[in-house]
Amino acid sequence: MGNLVFDESVILLNVKGETKETVLENIARNLVDKGLVKESFISAILKRESEFATGLPTAGVSVAIPHTDVEHVNQATISVAVLEHPVNFVIMGDDSETTPVQLIFMLAMDEAHSQLTLLQKLMKIFQDEQTLSALVKETNKSNIKNLLEEKLDLRAFEGGER
Amino acid sequence: MAKKTVLVACGAGIATSTVVNSAIEEMAKEHNIDVNLIQIKIAEVGSYVDSADLLVTTAMTKTEYPFPVINARNFLTGIGVEDTKKQILEALKNSN
Repeated sequence: MGNLVFDESVILLNVKGETKETVLENIARNLVDKGLVKESFISAILKRESEFATGLPTAGVSVAIPHTDVEHVNQATISVAVLEHPVNFVIMGDDSETTPVQLIFMLAMDEAHSQLTLLQKLMKIFQDEQTLSALVKETNKSNIKNLLEEKLDLRAFEGGER
Repeated sequence: MAKKTVLVACGAGIATSTVVNSAIEEMAKEHNIDVNLIQIKIAEVGSYVDSADLLVTTAMTKTEYPFPVINARNFLTGIGVEDTKKQILEALKNSN
């Protein structure tokens, strides 16, 4: 398993789009342009989101964690996107109820059932109203990177790989 | 008590089921319940219809199964997670 890519290049601010399809495509397109995922990742993400929605209402800002199969991924990464306006996503495990999502963590995993610790830490953030609110208000990508590196313990993770 | 087979499923079998799987594993250990956890994609549940005792999933399913189905979204958001845990424990204690 390769290292997880997480830097300013996968952090997107003010992502525009009126529908979840548009914002998902914008976020996924950036990953394709960076060579982190294959072109097929875009349609795979859209298809998976329509079949198995990933919107999550939290105590604060609603989030979504779109992801898809490992074969579309070149290099594992988590892309973080703050939307210009909240966009409705269907709630995970529901078939029609939606939640206005403003923060998206697009997961590009290169191995199934991996990254448990990282995912657990990510879910912890969803239960942390203050951090969520800080993330959507932040206008500096490096600050988002530093905050999430700390919350997700990414620096320690990278250190362990060496 | 016989060992229970619990299916943990999400859409992709990649992300959310990994987290839920680990939460149930911990919970079972804590309550001394012997479980056989199987992490799968929701589309694969059909192959386990005869062997499973419980399905815990973050994905939506409209199919009727001969075992209880519990929605596990709360494990991700933390909202109401204690109720979900109780539900799972009850299901594990009741099924034979």
